[in-house]
Amino acid sequence: MHFVVCIKQVPDSAQIRVHPVTNTIMRQGVPTIINPYDLFSLEEALRWRDKVGGEVTVLTMGPPMASDSLRKALTIGADRAVLLTDRFFAGSDTLATSFALSAALKKIGETFGKIDIVFCGKQTIDGDTAQVGPGVAKRLSLEQITYVSAINEVNGEDGTVTLERRSEGGVQVLKTNLPAMITMLEGSNTVRRGRIDDALRAARAEIVSWNAKEAGIEDVTMCGLRGSPTVVKKVFAPSPRAEKAALVEVGATPAASAEALIEAVLAKSPKIEDDLIKLASGF
Amino acid sequence: MSDAKPAAPAAGAGRASMKKELPERFRNHKHVWVFIEMERGVVHPVSFELLGQGRKLADKLGVELAGVVMGAPGPDILHACQESFAYGADLCYTIENPVLADYRNEPYSKALTAVVEAHKPEILLLGATTLGRDLAGSVATTLLTGLTADCTELNVDDDKSLAATRPTFGGSLLCTIYTLNFRPQMATARPRAMPMPERKEGREGRIVPFAVDLHEQDIITKILSFIPDRDSNKTNLAFADVVVAGGMGLQGPENFQLVKNLAAVLGAEYGCSRPLVQKGWVPSDRQIGQTGKTIRPKLYIAAGISGAIQHRVGVEGADLIVAINTDKNAPIYDFAHLGIVTDAVRFLPALTEAFRKRLSPHTRDRMAG
Repeated sequence: MHFVVCIKQVPDSAQIRVHPVTNTIMRQGVPTIINPYDLFSLEEALRWRDKVGGEVTVLTMGPPMASDSLRKALTIGADRAVLLTDRFFAGSDTLATSFALSAALKKIGETFGKIDIVFCGKQTIDGDTAQVGPGVAKRLSLEQITYVSAINEVNGEDGTVTLERRSEGGVQVLKTNLPAMITMLEGSNTVRRGRIDDALRAARAEIVSWNAKEAGIEDVTMCGLRGSPTVVKKVFAPSPRAEKAALVEVGATPAASAEALIEAVLAKSPKIEDDLIKLASGF
Repeated sequence: MSDAKPAAPAAGAGRASMKKELPERFRNHKHVWVFIEMERGVVHPVSFELLGQGRKLADKLGVELAGVVMGAPGPDILHACQESFAYGADLCYTIENPVLADYRNEPYSKALTAVVEAHKPEILLLGATTLGRDLAGSVATTLLTGLTADCTELNVDDDKSLAATRPTFGGSLLCTIYTLNFRPQMATARPRAMPMPERKEGREGRIVPFAVDLHEQDIITKILSFIPDRDSNKTNLAFADVVVAGGMGLQGPENFQLVKNLAAVLGAEYGCSRPLVQKGWVPSDRQIGQTGKTIRPKLYIAAGISGAIQHRVGVEGADLIVAINTDKNAPIYDFAHLGIVTDAVRFLPALTEAFRKRLSPHTRDRMAG
């Protein structure tokens, strides 16, 4: 079977800093990582490849340096990596991104074998939209199952997959036909550490690199800024409250400080006491 | 290229140009809609929160506010409409079909796309829940329009376009996004990101049934079963009146117990900031902030949390924010109401004890009951 995992190289958000004066992102020196949510999808693809046989292809769209993440995915165990890179893709919103990725996925299917499951991350940690996976599924007419907590069976013979999907208030057990687009929930599996031979293979592996034309995209006005219906008009830091927090003086002991803080809370919002009493009395 | 819709919009150059000249074919798009999310007969509260925002936008635009209610035929549909009217909708489009009994992407996205194409709203809002996110991305792709996820603020500009503000760059800044040349302008907001509007009992509205041709045999994905969560698995974090949370200032995973202890004494829910989940100290369903839960408690105590924007957007709806942090320049003091500059690890036990003393006369002896 052929599993394709769409990944994204993202800045390690834990290390992003905002310039205190200009309110702009300081990108210098921020390391990049594979979007953490994508790793659960990669792991699930590798598991099912190991179980039922086949290949795992990883795909990313980004600048040439995004090949770092592809190589990392190869060291974890993917068989093949495809980089979709072109200046026409710059400034893509989720609609334009799903357009370009769908074109590349079609091309991957034609070039390396029919795709059974496209895995995407649940969402990214930089954009947080959760829109690209559904966009790809819709454009390629794939069955769409998001927030999957477990895949119970992948049946290549009758072309079905049985899985568990997290929904509000419970879990749906679903069965659907392949090809499908699946996003995995965080914690749904434990991401493996690559083996030494995978690392050696990854170091030598050639990453397939396609520009828009090579991916079969003829109309580049559907890509990048021009292909994006949304326009970011303003990026800003939120304004601080008019007043900063009123600071309670630290007392001689933590106990004294605690009393002072509780008094300050009650002075600021006298009604809180009733609420706390209600909660304490178990209502 | 699109399989979903053969004819892409006549894009031309500058599809996303900043010029606010709405193409002719979108000029008859009018009114503000909210997708009313219903699962197993219960309307998700985020739908009412969105109706509150939708009402504001509709009034500013001088148009109507509509809910879209879909599900299996039955009394739940009417009930969801009445609730939507009580929370501000002028009318509801209803789509009743047995295929819509439980959520699946295919029938829901077909139904919502069809009613949008028939009645042409200018704004369509959905909750950023598992259902809403699954649905919104599909519908926006089929309609080839813009969708802005997880908005923390929705407004209408002087020229009547939707200004959707959301966190960006991993929650370090905010940005305002427009869909200038396409309709509908779609946006999602997370539960509790918007205040719950006032419920007006008995407020009336019109019901407009809409028929969609859906048959079970055409739907590929089948629901084999549904396993409801046990109550003990649910956290009530988003709706709690008092919340205590801890951050990296706790210094070690063992100190998170100090947060739990204070929460227990207060009858509060406990939560944490993003790094604690990333480090594996606390399960992800306790995360508060942009990628976790949004809360609106009456009292929020943040212990050892620095207050990055991604955290701030999740707690700003709290009535009273109390910060405990050693760094007096930490951003949390920019939006907290009260603070004490001290070490949370040393301070929390004292605060827990002080609250215990104060509240002990009222604590019900649960063993006796």
